[in-house]
Amino acid sequence: MSHAAAVADKSPSTLQGASLPRWSPWAIAAGSLALALVIGLAGGLDSKVQWGLIAGILFILGTFGIAAKVEGRRQAKDRVATSLVWVAFLLAVVPLVSLLWTTIQRGVKVLDVYFLTHSMGVVADSEAGGGIYHAILGSLEQVGLATAIGAPIGILTAIYLVEYGRGGLAKSVTFFVDVMTGIPSIVAGLFILSLMLMLDMQPFGFAGSLALAILMMPVVVRSTEEMLKLVPNELREASLALGVPKWRTILKVVVPTSIGGIITGVMLAIARIAGETAPVLLLVFGNPFINANPFEGAQASLPLYIYQQYSQSAGSTAAYDRAWAASLTLIAFVMILNMVARGIARWKAPKTGR
Amino acid sequence: MAKRIDVSGLTAYYGSHKAIEDISMTVEPRSVTAFIGPSGCGKSTFLRTLNRMHEVTSGGRVEGKVLLDDEDLYAAGIDPVSVRREVGMVFQRPNPFPTMSIFDNVAAGLRLNGSYKKSELADVVEKSLKGANLWNEVKDRLNKPGSGLSGGQQQRLCIARAIAVEPKVLLMDEPCSALDPISTLAIEDLIGELKERFTIVIVTHNMQQAARVSDRTAFFNLSAVGQPGKLIEIDDTERIFSNPSVQATEDYISGRFG
Repeated sequence: MSHAAAVADKSPSTLQGASLPRWSPWAIAAGSLALALVIGLAGGLDSKVQWGLIAGILFILGTFGIAAKVEGRRQAKDRVATSLVWVAFLLAVVPLVSLLWTTIQRGVKVLDVYFLTHSMGVVADSEAGGGIYHAILGSLEQVGLATAIGAPIGILTAIYLVEYGRGGLAKSVTFFVDVMTGIPSIVAGLFILSLMLMLDMQPFGFAGSLALAILMMPVVVRSTEEMLKLVPNELREASLALGVPKWRTILKVVVPTSIGGIITGVMLAIARIAGETAPVLLLVFGNPFINANPFEGAQASLPLYIYQQYSQSAGSTAAYDRAWAASLTLIAFVMILNMVARGIARWKAPKTGR
Repeated sequence: MAKRIDVSGLTAYYGSHKAIEDISMTVEPRSVTAFIGPSGCGKSTFLRTLNRMHEVTSGGRVEGKVLLDDEDLYAAGIDPVSVRREVGMVFQRPNPFPTMSIFDNVAAGLRLNGSYKKSELADVVEKSLKGANLWNEVKDRLNKPGSGLSGGQQQRLCIARAIAVEPKVLLMDEPCSALDPISTLAIEDLIGELKERFTIVIVTHNMQQAARVSDRTAFFNLSAVGQPGKLIEIDDTERIFSNPSVQATEDYISGRFG
């Protein structure tokens, strides 16, 4: 710094302007937090959310004011843009972290091996004890079956759209996929329910799987489509020019190149349907006993279990604890799936190393 | 092994746009034929019609005849997949398969066609890599990804991949335009060796390269932007570069236009 200053003394540089020290954003953040605290206390605002928002606004205004004074308007705008991004990031992260924190805090109370390996068979909803084994089993079976139906259909549809689709059929398929993306889960459930009523059937797990598969398919199609489009055309041409038929080119070159992204997309779709409650409530109904057969009789599932523990226990603390623990299990399930997806994506990604 | 190509009255379209018009020429076996001409004159399009890669582009279609040793590639009942096994291609930008190792890249043509014996695979890969002058550089890392090689090595890997399926003809679409002079030299030397076994057609923007590597040179031109490209003349490379019979060729080669 002193050297730079010495140079500046000799001939005032047009390239060098005054600049705020590196710690200034932190100082401004601390200052605006303190000010927000004072305003909040003095104004008698109860909500901590309001305090946070005031602090955020103060931070952005303060950054602009101070930077404009010291560094000039252009740098001030740059700093405001940076702080806006940071504030937006915090606004997005705070609810997420707080949700996770609350769930973990309340969920760990009854979450143990016993809880994971027993059902609610002989336990009334208002009593303590019991577990979610039946719900985990039901969730795994329903989601697994839904994936077994939805993922292949979705991936094949995407391959058709990207590799073969021309003209009217492809356009209409794309259109219907778009429409399907917007279907509310309860509508998918009602659709299957109407079929069940026509055939005079009782609730069973596989009916739920069908509804979940309907919800899953458009998500898989969309993500797979994007991944296949990322495969450079040169690779397809290279393979075709070797005298490889088109279907083998797709199977051996195009899909392997994008398999990481396709798997990630499927995993995200699974994560989306694993938390669906409405269709499961209509079609699978819920069952406190262990029912390992998804093709006959009502089953439980994790989201359904959480809902029923809340709604049918007349405010019993034990039921609330179980609902939180089940929520934690569901979040953990989805997180593990995501981690597995990332692992597979990294493992399968085209290699670049030497 | 190498086969002769006889083209007569070939016209190629992209949708309704006519890209090249009424091209007729003969490409001799076991020789190098270079295509030169300004950008957009249809050299690459013409090259791609020689192994039916043109129709892979949406809207691409072809009229006319391409005879490969008396067999018309565009006759009814000809399978474009079989054509491409006879007429291999190397592209402008090196495009090794990113999911495959060096070994798998070279073996890809055989493996994906399903026509190979396991015991022969290693031999074919070694022979092809030696044929592409790449063996000594990669023999210790055959299981490493092909995309980890340098640009010039990748292009030679693609050549090895193309010759591994033993085509009769090898088409090269500006194979050196993305490479440095030393890699270019390596590929030019390679072309000189490969012409003993294959019929080679090379598109290039580099006239010295055409003069160095080719036996015959074809000059393409187009009368105006949007007009179809045409073959102006084809002759022995020496004649094209010393005493071409058409004025336009001489103007292009000597850098005078219009």
